[in-house]
Amino acid sequence: MKVLLSGNEAIARGAYEAGVKVAAAYPGTPSTEILENIVQYKEIYAEWSPNEKVALEVALGAAIAGSRALACMKHVGVNVAADPLFTASYTGVRGGLVVITADDPEMHSSQNEQDNRNYAKFSKIPMLEPADSQEAKDFIKLAFELSERFDTPVFIRSTTRISHAKSIVELAEPEQREAPTELQHKFEKFVMLPRNARMRHPLVEQRTKDLAAFAETFDRNEMILQETDIGIIASGTAYQYARESYPAKSFLKLAMAWPLPEKKIREFAAKVKKLYVFEELDPFYEEQIKAMGIAVTGKAVFPICGEFNPATAASGISGGTAKNETPLLEYIPPRPPNMCPGCPHRGIVHTLKTMKLFVSGDIGCYTLGALPPISAMDTCICMGASVSGAMGVDKALGENNLGKAVAVIGDSTFLHSGITGLLDIAYNQGACTVIILDNRITAMTGRQEHPGTGFTLMGKPAKQVNYEHLCRALGIEHIRKVNPYDLAQVKSVIQEEINRPEASVILSEAPCVLHRREFKASGKAYTVDEAACIGCRACLQIGCPALEWHNDGDKGKAYINQGLCTGCTVCAQICKKTAIGEGK
Amino acid sequence: MDKVTNILMAGVGGQGVILASEIVSEAMMKAGYDVKKSEVHGMAQRGGSVTTHVRFGKKVYSPLIKDGEVDILFSFELLETMRYLDTLSDNPVVLVNYQKILPPSVTLGKDAYPGNIPNLLAAKYPRFELVDAVGIAKQAGNSKAVNVAFVGSLSRFFDVPELVWHEAITAMLPPKLVEVNLKAFALGREQKY
Repeated sequence: MKVLLSGNEAIARGAYEAGVKVAAAYPGTPSTEILENIVQYKEIYAEWSPNEKVALEVALGAAIAGSRALACMKHVGVNVAADPLFTASYTGVRGGLVVITADDPEMHSSQNEQDNRNYAKFSKIPMLEPADSQEAKDFIKLAFELSERFDTPVFIRSTTRISHAKSIVELAEPEQREAPTELQHKFEKFVMLPRNARMRHPLVEQRTKDLAAFAETFDRNEMILQETDIGIIASGTAYQYARESYPAKSFLKLAMAWPLPEKKIREFAAKVKKLYVFEELDPFYEEQIKAMGIAVTGKAVFPICGEFNPATAASGISGGTAKNETPLLEYIPPRPPNMCPGCPHRGIVHTLKTMKLFVSGDIGCYTLGALPPISAMDTCICMGASVSGAMGVDKALGENNLGKAVAVIGDSTFLHSGITGLLDIAYNQGACTVIILDNRITAMTGRQEHPGTGFTLMGKPAKQVNYEHLCRALGIEHIRKVNPYDLAQVKSVIQEEINRPEASVILSEAPCVLHRREFKASGKAYTVDEAACIGCRACLQIGCPALEWHNDGDKGKAYINQGLCTGCTVCAQICKKTAIGEGK
Repeated sequence: MDKVTNILMAGVGGQGVILASEIVSEAMMKAGYDVKKSEVHGMAQRGGSVTTHVRFGKKVYSPLIKDGEVDILFSFELLETMRYLDTLSDNPVVLVNYQKILPPSVTLGKDAYPGNIPNLLAAKYPRFELVDAVGIAKQAGNSKAVNVAFVGSLSRFFDVPELVWHEAITAMLPPKLVEVNLKAFALGREQKY
């Protein structure tokens, strides 16, 4: 049967057809939908792990126990999982182990655009790179075969344009695999003491050689010989873009990004007059091909930064043909992403702005509070960095920091990697204030469950972390709870805690407005009393999509869009003329 | 038909642009074409601009449309139409849903919402059409069926049997919403402008 699947849906289907038993991930764009789709296959145990390191360790454990296992993450998630990854390369597997890295060239929803092909070489783990959804499904199955045949974890690298693009896929029946029934004790293989690791390392080097030999005969590393004046080496979506622009030229389409088939590359290079390597982000193939002593053109004509598009190949090879028309409109007002109407983060970030604090930010919807008109965030680095970063700020400034800085972090991000930073603050006596924005869900990636929500990915009721008990156990003595919709309370509690020369945690408790299970709308949209509104625009400073400015002759007034307002009351609390109220 | 047809769908998060692209892609696959479609999820969707590229033909390589090769701009919102005019081919269809959603700088009173968009488009593009998909959806009995009503309007440009569209809509929507959406589709397909 043929169906249209996104790359992520195809990966999930491929895992099912390959007989995967255990799948683990932490949500992250563009990888999230893989596990969201895997749950439909009841044969697979699937979990949202607290972070990517845990996800990979769960999958590795399952592979050591003998089943096929999958760990999925976005590119920066591999940084978190890098510790087990590099040693899993040494131990190898029993059942197959596949790791998905979903890279985000252009940083559509990411903080950097690292090219994770580098991880394959660095960790000495083979990597396959699909170029559409059919390949995404096929390569998962192939990756499991390679994993078991060569005793290694295998990477599949996707990118945003693979994960979030749909194309036609032919479905197949799942493989029938016998579940492992007993554990094996393999001291030399799985216990990476120095003496064993020293024995494993040469095996890893030999494995890379064996895989390179396999890559030479691997038929998905496909040579397409047509006109030979130009030959292009490419993989992934970059191959599709180049093939579209040069349908009649010759191609070496690499399905395996690491290790590379040197003989095949030499053979291809010898057959074409001018050789290009067309790769998104880093000159990964280019450096290898140049190290082989082959003349090739790559980043001299194609960009390193940003995502490729169907015009990139042609503009690098034949020169650009940019249209130069006068636009119909000189200026088009932008439409940036924004926090939803009624979002519980809005009152908090607005308060932080009015208090003029230095805000160590983190990764989540609240990061949107860094944008105008709120502009209340001073750092955003990686998951959990707000907490430990605030500790560094505190130690650098000492007493001068009192009353000036806070860290803000969401519930899911805190559980992912904020806990250890808070432990540091408690242990090393940082006078830091950490605000945990508990909206009861992993909101940014589309509302996934986590250890604080009470449910698992598979829909089972679960234990819920108790943040107060957790923080207390870490050694935090001052823990305050606030209602983020009560601005006076939020402000006074923050004021008290930042001026306390000790560590404290403020728990902001209110569910995400899109959280179907927990959010209860008041059902009462607020309105502006036109007679009372003096047009001061104070309410507009919170950047709520429901608040509008209506020009009325020479004097403007605020107006509330009744279809969007959730009745959260934040704007009403800001209005100095009490012009905003319920049904006024 | 060897030439690939390129449809750029544009709108604002929450308008149902992605579902519309799913229906069109499904219909084209059922009609026997190779199909690819691409969009961006995640952060960009929080009330921001949304675009989806839908491509179909005998064989489709790239999931993205090359700038300058958009055959049909299928825009759910007036202002959003204006962002993508430099991606259009020489004689494009510009199909626009008559709906205004104010961007934040306009709601904040910093910018004005340009007032003459339909006139500008009509003057430049002979194949420009304005569709009142909101009105059609209301006529069909559910104002949320705007996107499917608008797909009905788009369907007039392709030689794909109505039955195939019905199958695609039925496959993509929850059963209780199928009937009203089929009605919205039919009205969109019949509408004379």
